[in-house]
Amino acid sequence: MKNSVKKDFNFILGIVLTAIVVVPAIIGIFWTPYGIDTMNNSLKMAGCSLAHPFGCDNFGRDILSRVMAGSAITLLIGLGTVAIGAVAGTVIGAVTGYYGGLADDIFMRFNDVMFSFPSLLLALVFVAVLGSGRTQLTVALGIAFIPSYVRIVRAEYVRARNMDYVKSAKLAGASDIRVMFVHILPNTSKVMMGSLLIGFNNAVLAEAGLSFLGIGVQPPDASLGRMLSDAQTYLFGKPGLAIVPGVTLIVMVLGISLLGKSDTITRIR
Amino acid sequence: MLLHVEDLNIEFHDHIVPETVVYDFDLDMDEGEIVGLVGESGSGKSMSALAIAGLLSRHDAKKRGHIIFDGTDILNCPREELRNLQGDDISMIFQEPMTSLDPLKKIGWQVEEAMRIHKKCTAAERKERAIKMLGDVELEDPERVYNSYPHQLSGGMRQRVMIAAAMINTPKLLIADEPTTALDVTVQAQIVKLLKRINKENRTAILFISHDLSLIRQLCKRVLVMKGGYVVDGGDVEEIFTHPKQEYTKRLIDSIPHVDLSGE
Repeated sequence: MKNSVKKDFNFILGIVLTAIVVVPAIIGIFWTPYGIDTMNNSLKMAGCSLAHPFGCDNFGRDILSRVMAGSAITLLIGLGTVAIGAVAGTVIGAVTGYYGGLADDIFMRFNDVMFSFPSLLLALVFVAVLGSGRTQLTVALGIAFIPSYVRIVRAEYVRARNMDYVKSAKLAGASDIRVMFVHILPNTSKVMMGSLLIGFNNAVLAEAGLSFLGIGVQPPDASLGRMLSDAQTYLFGKPGLAIVPGVTLIVMVLGISLLGKSDTITRIR
Repeated sequence: MLLHVEDLNIEFHDHIVPETVVYDFDLDMDEGEIVGLVGESGSGKSMSALAIAGLLSRHDAKKRGHIIFDGTDILNCPREELRNLQGDDISMIFQEPMTSLDPLKKIGWQVEEAMRIHKKCTAAERKERAIKMLGDVELEDPERVYNSYPHQLSGGMRQRVMIAAAMINTPKLLIADEPTTALDVTVQAQIVKLLKRINKENRTAILFISHDLSLIRQLCKRVLVMKGGYVVDGGDVEEIFTHPKQEYTKRLIDSIPHVDLSGE
């Protein structure tokens, strides 16, 4: 096992890249070098210096602090989205896949309808209904992500429900709920792990996209997408404003995709 | 009487034309009895067994007739009541020991499962009982097996684990659906011996399903022969072997390979 981790290039690089972004982001939840909305007139558009490694933006706010806090918010929205999507998706997928029958057909057709909208568009609709802000955005994206998880989990349950070990579990007198969530669920982990990470990436990108369009995270909160959107105006004058959050986003998504591709994660045991 | 099956018919409705796989199946079993069920594949023997175990889900197949187990009507009782029987009074072991264990859970956990569901007892009591059962099915070093995962065991060991798991609550009826088909001949003989011992020690009735008449002869007193969904022959094993009434049974018996030691 140890040996295989050492050889798993995707895993090592993924961990390193993810850590580069996630560690500062976690620190950013509790502490940032400067307040994220502390403005300083004399530092407007300041360049790199020891006190402000990435310089300051058009209001004289420290970019490092904003990127730390912003990636924290982006990460939290990603986590929340995946959590909502995966939990609801697992429950719906498990029930429909395990029981099958008419309810399954109806649910899956409904799911197909949800699927036929791009999930970003679906999220847009939900944002329009729920309003913008981080909680609303998380819920909207979470709902938009449910159908894809339903698909994945349902397929696994359809495969598992006729396996002998499931029959044995039923025959031991286990209730349906117990069979579904104690016996079958752990066996979906292989497939789930990969899709959780991919889903997380999609959520991060979707958040950035929606915030970039101005309907996601609202000022003065920072998020990577928000910062990119704010930086547009100064793209030629001060490209650093866009480069720093942009690179952070790329590294985060790349790191997590590599983790999702790595053997160590997708082949637990 | 432990088990009384009368006029059991099983039909599948997943095609346009309903398909009947079992016709008018009758079976009576007493406590502590071993009954054999032989037939070629597709003859309906596994379907009958699954129905008796209450495992044919209700929307897959239509069943008519009566299955009375120890006073409970298996076909018509509420799910809750059925679940109380399953794992406690009725147990089943399957043909394929490679897939009938959950690959992600330790052997001990799986052996204990029926006990966890049906009996109120502490984790320590469960572990003690599980290890005793693993020893009872003649597994060496039960402690180590208890903490293993299925992929660390051989086919024969897994089948023993399945038997231990099925027997943990000392059921009244054990349905063995071709438990030795996937195993090699030496292990087969050991498993048959083990089933015989379990039957004697616990007074557990065994419904032994196989397509191997010679195994049935070793283990059972009474046998039913199935073909194409019908029970075509039945009765005392020795009687059937010496005076088969049906042409089909004759052919089945003739198909048992035997070594002629006399030379010519």
